[in-house]
Amino acid sequence: MEREVVAAEERAIRLRGVVKRFGGLTAVAGLDLDVPYGTCVGLLGPNGAGKSTTIKSLTAQVIADEGEISILGYRLPEDSKQARAEMGVVPQLDNLDTALTVEQNLLVFSHLYRVPKARRTAAIDRALGIANLRERRTSKVDELSGGMRRRLLIARALLHEPRLLLLDEPTVGLDPQVRQELWALIDRLRSEGVSILMSTHYIEEAERLCDTVTIMSHGRAVASGPPQALIHEHAGVEALEVYGPPSRLLEVEEQARTRGWRTRRTGTSVTVLHSNGAVELDGERRGTNLEDVFVLLTGEQIE
Amino acid sequence: MSALTESSAPVRPRRRLHRLERAAMRGVIVREVVNYSSFWRSSTFSSTVDPTIYLLAFGFGFGSLVSRVAGYRYIDFVGTGIVATTVLFSGAFPAMYGTFVKYSFQHTYDAILAAPVDTEELVTGEALWVALRTGVYGCVPMLVAVVFGLAPSWGMLLVPFIAGLAGFGWATFGIFIAAKSQKIESFSYWQSGLLTPMFLVAGTFFPLTRLPEWAQVLGNFNPLFHCVQLVRHVVFARETVADLGHLAFLLGFALVAWRMAIRFMERKLIL
Repeated sequence: MEREVVAAEERAIRLRGVVKRFGGLTAVAGLDLDVPYGTCVGLLGPNGAGKSTTIKSLTAQVIADEGEISILGYRLPEDSKQARAEMGVVPQLDNLDTALTVEQNLLVFSHLYRVPKARRTAAIDRALGIANLRERRTSKVDELSGGMRRRLLIARALLHEPRLLLLDEPTVGLDPQVRQELWALIDRLRSEGVSILMSTHYIEEAERLCDTVTIMSHGRAVASGPPQALIHEHAGVEALEVYGPPSRLLEVEEQARTRGWRTRRTGTSVTVLHSNGAVELDGERRGTNLEDVFVLLTGEQIE
Repeated sequence: MSALTESSAPVRPRRRLHRLERAAMRGVIVREVVNYSSFWRSSTFSSTVDPTIYLLAFGFGFGSLVSRVAGYRYIDFVGTGIVATTVLFSGAFPAMYGTFVKYSFQHTYDAILAAPVDTEELVTGEALWVALRTGVYGCVPMLVAVVFGLAPSWGMLLVPFIAGLAGFGWATFGIFIAAKSQKIESFSYWQSGLLTPMFLVAGTFFPLTRLPEWAQVLGNFNPLFHCVQLVRHVVFARETVADLGHLAFLLGFALVAWRMAIRFMERKLIL
């Protein structure tokens, strides 16, 4: 019992056996998830895997039917308000007050996050600085680009210097340049010691930013670990990319199956995994990546 | 930066957060006030000009046909009754549309509930802000009536409080309607089926005593009727024990509507 309490305290987020049903649909089906303090954890999975439901359960906007959730040592849902006072949330949907200026948006949330009056101006200025928005202080939200709005959402979540940050699909729908800018910002926060849980379906994002990744499928964690370890465990060291007409691809798949290698279709090619340098197949050799793992574990078909 | 670099278990003493905290409701109200600064003109216009038009139309139109109603000069009768109309227009409607828009289109509540604010505080804070505005707006058409001959009285100083109380009830009722409605089109049923009849059968423009008995009985369940009676009686210093009943009804309405708004908003916001 004592050890169990200590274990919960060591983690910014700890989920055990969390289940959430919506009528007949089970959105989360017994999820275990850990975010150790000071790390960035990625929640990866296809649409409908239960990522958003999971994120919402951490702010008690979704109440789990079964299982345990503790955040920053607080038990949910009963102590959710305390937990929310110490964490920041960046939503997937932009919910800024668009008629207000950048600064007014931050002012409102400095009140909602109970920043003491004496520290309010400094907190807003600090958040503007982190998000590189000092120049746009007096701009209406309506006048901002998509990237700036997303940075403002992050700034808004950092006003009260939270120890934990939840990011729900932080870069969805943004240009590559803007995404890289946000990655730099997120990486900086992590290096400053903020614990981060980030849901994403951009595999590159998870591979670059996260210390560990949990891959979700049908409401469960199907794999969990550092990206490199997951890649080695599930996809091997090297992948063989074989191109050819559809008939050739079928042949390759059949051949791989008899040798006990795993394959995945990559549009125009078949990727053969775990072949460990076998020479009888003619193809392009490349390093394995998290995408190979993702597709192997969550299935090739889009449902 | 110390709060940011801390990576061990929390050491600060646990602060127990309670229900209905002032800090949370203040945050909700600050959000409303800051937003209001960008649309106060249109909001004030629609909340006060509409009832003033009713006041003038009935005052000149009806007033030319009847001189006295239920023991009052007609301008006195309608000039005080109009407060309840303003309460409905500036209480229920902004709450209905505001709640729906913030929920469905702006996703504002997602952001607020991710902060240390619970649904109960969210609903209460928003309704208090609407009630405050209603208390102020409620007096505007009455002051217009003063220009047209309603005699000023000390009792008028109580009117903002009555309007504010009734406004809180209507604001929470409006939030309840928004929480029950899947589509904004559903508001039509509430407006035409409930709010418009209530607005007319409140004793604002004509006394309920001339209506069929069943309508009079129904009128007694109309919070607007009790608001009208209370306002008229304090303005003309004709208070009786019955006014305690009117006050009790308004308090009861506010209490029930408040709890219903919270309950149905929780159902909508917390899955």
